[in-house]
Amino acid sequence: MIRPQDLLCPRPEGLYCAPGDFYIDPVRPVARAVITHGHSDHARAGHGAVLATPETLAIMAERYGADFAQARQAAAYGETVARDAVEVTLVPAGHVLGSAQAVVRWRGLTMVVSGDYKRRRDPTCAPFEPVPCDVFISEATFGLPVFRHPDAAEEIRRLLRSVRQFPERSHIVGAYALGKAQRIIALLREAGWEAPIFVHGALERLNRLYAEHGVELGPLAPATSAGKGADFAGQIIIAPPSALADRWSRRFPDPVAAFASGWMRVRARARQRGVELPLVISDHADWDELTATVDEIRPGELWITHGREEALARWAELHGVEARALALVGYEEEDDD
Amino acid sequence: MRAFAELLDRLSLTGSRNAKLTLVRDYLAATPDPDRGWALAALTGDLVFHAAKPAFIRKAVEERMDPILFRWSYDYVGDLAETVALVWPERPGANRGPELSEVVEALRSASRGEVQRLIEGWLDALEPTSRWALLKLMTGALRVGFSARLAKQADADLGRVPVAEVEEVWHAQHPPYEDLFAWLEGRSDRPSPTAPGRFRPVMLAQAIDEAVDFGKLDPADYTAEWKWDGIRVQAVSEGGVRRLYTRTGDDISRTFPDVVESLNFEGVLDGELLVMRDGRVAPFADLQQRLNRKSVDARLMAAQPAGIRAYDILSDRGEDLRVLPFAERRKRLEAFVARLGSTRIDLSPLQPFESWSELADLRAAPPPGDPQAAEGLMLKRWDSIYEAGRPKGPWFKWKRDPFLIDAVLMYAQRGHGRRSSYYSDFTFGVWCEDADGRRMLTPVGKAYFGFTDQELMQLDKFVRDHTVERFGPVRAVRAEPHAGLVLEIAFEGMQRSSRHKSGVAMRFPRISRIRWDKPPGEADELATLERMLERMEAR
Repeated sequence: MIRPQDLLCPRPEGLYCAPGDFYIDPVRPVARAVITHGHSDHARAGHGAVLATPETLAIMAERYGADFAQARQAAAYGETVARDAVEVTLVPAGHVLGSAQAVVRWRGLTMVVSGDYKRRRDPTCAPFEPVPCDVFISEATFGLPVFRHPDAAEEIRRLLRSVRQFPERSHIVGAYALGKAQRIIALLREAGWEAPIFVHGALERLNRLYAEHGVELGPLAPATSAGKGADFAGQIIIAPPSALADRWSRRFPDPVAAFASGWMRVRARARQRGVELPLVISDHADWDELTATVDEIRPGELWITHGREEALARWAELHGVEARALALVGYEEEDDD
Repeated sequence: MRAFAELLDRLSLTGSRNAKLTLVRDYLAATPDPDRGWALAALTGDLVFHAAKPAFIRKAVEERMDPILFRWSYDYVGDLAETVALVWPERPGANRGPELSEVVEALRSASRGEVQRLIEGWLDALEPTSRWALLKLMTGALRVGFSARLAKQADADLGRVPVAEVEEVWHAQHPPYEDLFAWLEGRSDRPSPTAPGRFRPVMLAQAIDEAVDFGKLDPADYTAEWKWDGIRVQAVSEGGVRRLYTRTGDDISRTFPDVVESLNFEGVLDGELLVMRDGRVAPFADLQQRLNRKSVDARLMAAQPAGIRAYDILSDRGEDLRVLPFAERRKRLEAFVARLGSTRIDLSPLQPFESWSELADLRAAPPPGDPQAAEGLMLKRWDSIYEAGRPKGPWFKWKRDPFLIDAVLMYAQRGHGRRSSYYSDFTFGVWCEDADGRRMLTPVGKAYFGFTDQELMQLDKFVRDHTVERFGPVRAVRAEPHAGLVLEIAFEGMQRSSRHKSGVAMRFPRISRIRWDKPPGEADELATLERMLERMEAR
């Protein structure tokens, strides 16, 4: 009798596949790795061989240099690759550009590692595709019923309303450099904001990479013309979250600190960070998406990797799905720096 | 409800007064009657419901979801209304969400039993931010820091009129303020300000610039009196209506029934509210115990008896005296107060003087008795009419020099709004001895102004370069006898405080100078502060 833990099991380095001899999103350097997406807590440099989508490989090369691993193998969405006796297929996860679920098949057993995922529409990446499976291994970053992300387009409208209301101030939107920043820019374009958007230097390379992959971002300008503060009045600036409290933000006139994150749903979080305009926009599934996805896939077992495992496990139990928390360590809470 | 909820949401995270005013003004401009009036009343605390107890809300939500998942959610968020607002299960196809005025009207006519069903129905129909606003409103826990004073300013901004005009009519207006908005939007005449017991906008003094003003002013044109250290009030008694207002027109009658009871006259007085015992002024700290209370008990009134030291009269038996010069008003005031013969209302005496230098000596060394507790002097032109606002020239305040100490910077915290990238809140300390006789610093206060923008940059840099530890937004900086930064702190007074580790609390502390040159070891000792405090108490 084949047991799921014979195919995938947690180890200190990450989730390990013994019959294929590889790790998924290992947090320490390993010989063979499958990487679901380019965020730095999932995609680390220094592995022997890396299998990932072409976009994720490009993101890793951009961040770590072309030699981030000894060998790199690209697998397009839906393409099946053999790793010893195991078949690996990468399927869109809807999280960021190139993000994938790892579908692992072995002797008739199918296990799906979601990586980080969301179900909302995102103009910058391919949408999540549910895959029927025996075991679904889900993230649970926002695995508490308080996390209900509102419609992102409505949040962008709130931002634009504030920009109109405070024309003498600038609006700095804190957004994670990979994925969130580009999604915010794309959503602003969809909402009709055609003016140049000013971006922090730390975002420039990834913005370029997104544009090269066909994501329309419109006119962008570096937010660096220091000494001419008035130029930024009424403008929108996108920066990494840490820049909000940094000396960098001083060049802007009386800035409104906005922050685009699922954590902004909880007011105390916004208050702690001195955020004046919280935008509840996340690249992770909220509670409703997590539970609806489990309901849709109806896996034989639900394993939960990182985040608030206990609440999602409790929900699954109440809804007749066998669940187990893996307690993997090393994955950060989304842009919760 | 949605617009009101979003307004509350933003106000709760907005620190700057101007930004709050913009948010409220825009809301008032975009929202129809009567919703906006109810919203304004809710913001200023004039519309309070206690329609739902926390236990009911908890029970209602636990009927709808797993209690364990609710408990974990509550543990994480920490605020009941916010948790329930977020976890309340959506009811697709529920009724249309109510407007604020519908909530107000429904609650007015609903019986106790109906109220709970109404609230549950509204929660089903609203989105999370509106659910949060509704729950805050229903539990009487709406605290967004929007005073009546700001509300009047927002109204004035909406109508582009001076705030004094709003202040003058405010007290005859009631939620949802439809007449007020009609006037502010030019749809009707200004509401009548002649209601008995109404507030009159006050006349304020400019701070004197010693270097410039004295050269230009003739001492013969001015009268001087002590600037009392209480709070400025307007005492109104007209046609049986008795009110006590702050200088911004907030009605504090309920907090001072003892004073209101003593308003046995027909007229309007301007004066200082003080705690007075046997005709002597008590320290500000005593008055403070009576401020900001919605109600007051007999014990507190007996312990801290309040009264008014009158310095102007605006109306005498129906006659408006504001158009008379100060010299005339003063005569009327003296006669008025003498006629009253009240133990709670006395006269602020004038201080005769011949020259500015004579007055300077008086200010530097006040005579024994009440003047010792004064904040400084007031100068008023004999010929000044009573003019609302802060006109330049007729009235000046000349404050006493502040107390000064040298303290050592210990902690710094990032500010808010435009200061959010700066370490701009500074905790400072002085030297004392620990139980083993070792010299150590003890924090004695916090200052976040008094410095220029340029100095703020230097202070911020110092903090970043000398951080020894971080606690969230707070940094501890190096503070040792030979390494650290000395700040000269100016403050207006001091009192004993059990809430502060050092046992003292300063009044109005600010940074008057940065002593880059002074080694921290030479900063002041706690004993110096204690001696200052003893001297203040001895008065």
